[in-house]
Amino acid sequence: MLRLRFLWLILALVVVSALFLTLGAKGSWSFTLLFRVQKLASLLLIGGAVSTATILFQTITHNRILTPSIMGFDALFLLILTLMIFGMGAGGYALVPKVTLFLINLILLTLASVALFTLLLRDQSSDLMRMVLTGIILGVLFRSLVLFIQRLIDPSEFAVLQSASFARFNKADPDLLLVSAALVCLTWGAVWRMRHRLDVLALGEVLPVSLGADPRRGQLVVLMLISVLVSVSTALVGPVAFLGLLVSSLTYRVIPSWHHGHLLPAAILIGGITLVGGQLVLERILHFETPLAVVVECLGGLVFLILILRKGST
Amino acid sequence: MIRIRNVGHQIAGQSILQGVDLDIPQGGLTALVGPNGAGKSTLLSLVARLQTLQSGQIEINGRDLGQISHGDLAQLLAILPQVLTSTHRISVQDLVGFGRYPYSRGRLGPKDREIIADVLESFELQEIKHRFLDTLSGGQRQRAYTAMAWAQDTEYLLLDEPLNNLDIAASRSLMSRLKTLAAQQGRTIVIVLHDINYAAGYADHIVAMKAGRVETAGPPAEVVSEAFLRAVFDTDARVILEEERPLVVV
Repeated sequence: MLRLRFLWLILALVVVSALFLTLGAKGSWSFTLLFRVQKLASLLLIGGAVSTATILFQTITHNRILTPSIMGFDALFLLILTLMIFGMGAGGYALVPKVTLFLINLILLTLASVALFTLLLRDQSSDLMRMVLTGIILGVLFRSLVLFIQRLIDPSEFAVLQSASFARFNKADPDLLLVSAALVCLTWGAVWRMRHRLDVLALGEVLPVSLGADPRRGQLVVLMLISVLVSVSTALVGPVAFLGLLVSSLTYRVIPSWHHGHLLPAAILIGGITLVGGQLVLERILHFETPLAVVVECLGGLVFLILILRKGST
Repeated sequence: MIRIRNVGHQIAGQSILQGVDLDIPQGGLTALVGPNGAGKSTLLSLVARLQTLQSGQIEINGRDLGQISHGDLAQLLAILPQVLTSTHRISVQDLVGFGRYPYSRGRLGPKDREIIADVLESFELQEIKHRFLDTLSGGQRQRAYTAMAWAQDTEYLLLDEPLNNLDIAASRSLMSRLKTLAAQQGRTIVIVLHDINYAAGYADHIVAMKAGRVETAGPPAEVVSEAFLRAVFDTDARVILEEERPLVVV
């Protein structure tokens, strides 16, 4: 049954990708195709990265309505970005290669999340919920700080910041795309290697200890992997809060399995189908100018509400 | 043997355990009894390294607990906590399969499958092995989790109040199964119990705790008496002897 569903998912992804590349192409084929392949690649990368990050986060928190962005991961990324623009000025910021900036941001984000983690889990036995709640509060703080600094900086810097910090699925820097693709693939490899350990970590707080899986270290490693994935997706397209939630809840529906060996590939496929399919429908069929991010957020927000309301009623 | 020496534990400035000295003998069933808040679960979680040891020393088979790696400890000692919740749908057979993780790291080999089949049989789970945990009764679920811990094939098994929410039939069958299996395979089971009669009826060894200290320890026939109940539980209950086993009249 699972195999059949995977075949369907792969087929769906291939079909939407093919349609995305070919539908409504005008003028020079080679130019259009090159442009579209790049866009497709970034959509697939983002869809896969966000959904993997969400599934990982839900596994270590044992909670299926949490996402990394709820914990302020992407807000922290934006804060670091804002501080960099504020510090260097728009001129200085434009001079430094995008990839370098991205890597600095990535390292800072990873360090910050590991620091947060070790600080909050230092004394007591894995109090992950406290860390998540602290993360939510910190996320609000980070967002407010970003807004505050935006008030301080001059208009040209603000314009740079605006274009760097909003979800946009259309323009991704090719160099950045390449580096991101490499990073995401490496992360996927690491995640795949620890898929059995993830199955055990999902069992709760105590059983993994009994089974020798050392949840503290497992959670730390997973958080670092999540930092990489969130950095990539935020750097490429800006924050997408509810995409992960939308994809993960679809994944649990479509693949009723506890094996991360099944869940993760399915989430990557579904993430790709959602983004590419969504963009296809919006751009080529409905000819909407609405950014896909808005639609995805709207759908994801609805799913979030439904999940909460259903949890409340049962 | 598990040697516990001068172990103390504090949570938020409150003393939970103080100066606990205890030897848990090799083999058989050791029951930890005592009033609520006596520190039984805390002691158990320290032995299983669910919490970090604050003061004192714990040795297992002569090795210091802190020196044993997570992987090695998981092949030596298993613990089943009091509250068991599962967030996802998982079948009984898959759950028992998790017990083999310390050896297989998720890739079940033929030997693992053999052990899983054996354990499913000894815990009478064959017929429900494909059922999901959330469709089972409380007794069946407890049996499935215990079977998982059993499949871990460890010398020591720690169980924290496994009889909670079980009716008399499920409780008796779980206890007698554990007693038989422990005797057959020469394993050591440490079990936190609330009902003295279950402890007296099935355990080889009783350890009574009160207010963070070990009060008495020994075979049931020597430990359980009216004076013991008054000292440990502050209650006046009659104790009668039934075939050499003490029985508390509640």
